[in-house]
Amino acid sequence: MSSLNVHRRSFLQVVALAGGGLMLGSYFAPSDADAAGPAEGDPFVPNAFIKIHPDGKITIIAKNPEEGQGVKQSLPMIICEELDVDWSQVTIEQALSDESKYGRQFAGGSLSTPMNYDNHRRLGAAVRAMLVAAAARTWNVPESELTTSKAAVSHNPTGRRLSYGKLAATAATLPVPDLAKVTLKDPKTFRLLGKRIPGVDNKAIATGKPIFGIDVTVPGMLHAVFEKCPVFAGKVGSANLATIKKLPGVKHAFVVDGVGTALDGLMPGVAIVADSWYNAKMARAQLQVKWDEGATAQQSSEWFAQRAAELSRKPADRSVRKDGDVDAAFAGAAKVVEAAYFYPFISHATLEPQNCTAHFKDGKLEIWAPTQMPQPGRDLVSRTMGIAGSDITIHLTRIGGGFGRRLKNDYMVEAAWISRVVNAPVKLLWTREDDMRHGHYRQAGYHYLKGAVDANGKLVGWRNHVILEGVRAGEWPARYVPNYSLELSSLPHGIPTGALRAPGSNGIAFVIQSFVDELATAAGMDPLQFRLDLMTPVVVALPADTFNAERMRGVLELVRDKSGWGKRTLPKGRGMGVAFHFSHQGYFAEVVDASVSAKGEVTVHKVWVAGDVGSQITNLSGAENQCQGACIDGVSAALGQEITIDNGRVVQGNFDAYPLLRMQRSFPVEVHFRATENSPTGLGEPALPPVIPALCNAIFAATGKRIRSLPIGDQLA
Amino acid sequence: MPISLTINGKSTTVDAPPEMPLLWVLRDILDLKGTKFGCGIAQCGACTVHLGGVPVRACVLPISAVAGQKITTIEGLSKDGAHPVQRAWDEIDVPQCGYCQAGQIMVAAALLKTTKNPTDADIDSAMQNICRCGTYNRIRQAVHRAAALSGVPGSKGADDQAGEE
Repeated sequence: MSSLNVHRRSFLQVVALAGGGLMLGSYFAPSDADAAGPAEGDPFVPNAFIKIHPDGKITIIAKNPEEGQGVKQSLPMIICEELDVDWSQVTIEQALSDESKYGRQFAGGSLSTPMNYDNHRRLGAAVRAMLVAAAARTWNVPESELTTSKAAVSHNPTGRRLSYGKLAATAATLPVPDLAKVTLKDPKTFRLLGKRIPGVDNKAIATGKPIFGIDVTVPGMLHAVFEKCPVFAGKVGSANLATIKKLPGVKHAFVVDGVGTALDGLMPGVAIVADSWYNAKMARAQLQVKWDEGATAQQSSEWFAQRAAELSRKPADRSVRKDGDVDAAFAGAAKVVEAAYFYPFISHATLEPQNCTAHFKDGKLEIWAPTQMPQPGRDLVSRTMGIAGSDITIHLTRIGGGFGRRLKNDYMVEAAWISRVVNAPVKLLWTREDDMRHGHYRQAGYHYLKGAVDANGKLVGWRNHVILEGVRAGEWPARYVPNYSLELSSLPHGIPTGALRAPGSNGIAFVIQSFVDELATAAGMDPLQFRLDLMTPVVVALPADTFNAERMRGVLELVRDKSGWGKRTLPKGRGMGVAFHFSHQGYFAEVVDASVSAKGEVTVHKVWVAGDVGSQITNLSGAENQCQGACIDGVSAALGQEITIDNGRVVQGNFDAYPLLRMQRSFPVEVHFRATENSPTGLGEPALPPVIPALCNAIFAATGKRIRSLPIGDQLA
Repeated sequence: MPISLTINGKSTTVDAPPEMPLLWVLRDILDLKGTKFGCGIAQCGACTVHLGGVPVRACVLPISAVAGQKITTIEGLSKDGAHPVQRAWDEIDVPQCGYCQAGQIMVAAALLKTTKNPTDADIDSAMQNICRCGTYNRIRQAVHRAAALSGVPGSKGADDQAGEE
């Protein structure tokens, strides 16, 4: 992802606000060169707004959806740093979904920081430069004698000082600096970035203000439930709609046929619309639907496992990467290890169930949605319903947890469709069971591995035959072992899958970092040192988003030192495990201290995190919170979470069957960052993947039992 | 059927089916949206309110069972967020997505009423609500901090220790 070469042909647009204020929007028009520029083909056209009012009030627009990852403060903080205003002096406003104005707006891939860090700095710096120029003109002094702080320009030789508010009207008349040439601060002089700044919405959250999607109220709004076939992509045969329509509060009940492909689009189902959600849900309890279940009804978790085992004994469908000669390496090795690993489908289980409020009126739609991907949501609604994208307004509400689930907009198109049918504003709310049984799950994966070490304990061969889940061709240890083979076999199925926090990585890291531990044991080496020995840098020019062994070595050494690795004496049944993983441009090494009771119950005592996400942490409080949460999330999934499929249906329906970690089993997470001379990157995801194998490796250290299948469940009993 | 309730110190009468859960009466009849829906089966605790000062899960509590009783929701915990637990939650920067936190705050406030200076073990047994984002490190820290803000001497969250892990 290109984030730094975006400033050609950029220009700022200055608009005088009523009353003499200054509104500065920054438009980066993509030039011909830029259109061909970014590697992934995405035009990079960000935009941000700064409003400075004559009374000194300053408003900063937060462009991306807030799902708990902290972008509603971290992106505006970047502007404030260069603008030289205190955090207490600004008001943050959430942007509408409008990519023509703000550029790409989404919450995914830990990309908000890498895609916006540099341009948000430039936006702040450009405005600061204009305010300095305005003061220089006002006082007739050289700009070099002026300084800025706390939203004011000072002329120290004469002790004069003017607030940005007072300078705004003059600044609005001045030429706009070229963003590419604007002077940025020396990061050593940062006053705000790197500090701990509490969340913008903390007070609203702590006092119960209606800020989430589920809280939206529109005058005249009706409430909807939507029942889909328990078997994915199943269709409605018939339903007792006449009975449902007579129930208390019910205004409408109808079949939605579904539009689009089987698992992506508007899925078929039955909508019940009532004067309250309670009445809609009570009516749904009486709903009887005859479903046309379709082919997925033949599929089950056991069938997947059986098919995977069969495929593992056959040559793979295709080779993803092949270096050297693994078979020769295995034949000549001192020790060879083979193992089969598995991780299940899991659900995002966002605590705020999927919901959306839509108001269809006069051919246009207004939507309030907790979505990570508003523009694709607009596209989905537009093509499903035949409404122009320009006739769809999307308000971005705070999101009660995303984790990738709300990259999909199925709930949005359902609400929009239902609103058009009933010709009234409608809030659609899924039950927890709807959410758990109609997700876009983390893809399950089966990995069949064979590895070898030589007489010196050096890794000489690695083969992984992956079934179901794709693995990136460059995934470590590719390039770091001379004989390497990555093979893939597909197992088509009818279960919807999607990105879940650190997609791919959250399962792959468990497999790779557990198997590396098995090889360290075979080699008779300390698991952390074995990994360090594998970090010999490869001398080739690598793109920035490719694994860099120097950076990983740095965090491995840091976590070794901080955790007291190898220096602690632990009681029987307790052990420490280490793992690392590179994802989303972030380098993370983690150590888990865990014990296993005689009954097989796992207790995590502590986790140490060492991360390298570049030169600058934006908000240290948010950054630490993300890492702590990622570790809790990973351990929570590893201990007990699994979505199983029976006759094409998800078995689990609620938190009684799908346990999320609670306070009593939580553990302290100590977070350390290692600053390196690299562009700052995101933190929503990369701290998660290593904690799962680090836990499993700690369990091995504690008990000698190797976890090769998730969740851990009662395997240790 | 009209049912009388006392919510956040105000008496009110709602016309609702007797089996309707308190959660939906609060959210959709009385427009008090701070109390959240997470599971509907008293598992997650996002819907926690105080019934006579005791934390209860409103999603499974029929309105008929609470008639005439004193109910406090997150909106009624304090004027303007001044309750020590609310202040501690902001200061320690507990929330990530924030969806569970009203429920967590209601449980913490009830805990501090009966246990002025809770130990970690007290927190473990009282704070049973789910936080999907995993903010438990900070919830624990904020409960200690709230005890200190409430004026409990020597609590783990006193000023000289605030901000420590």
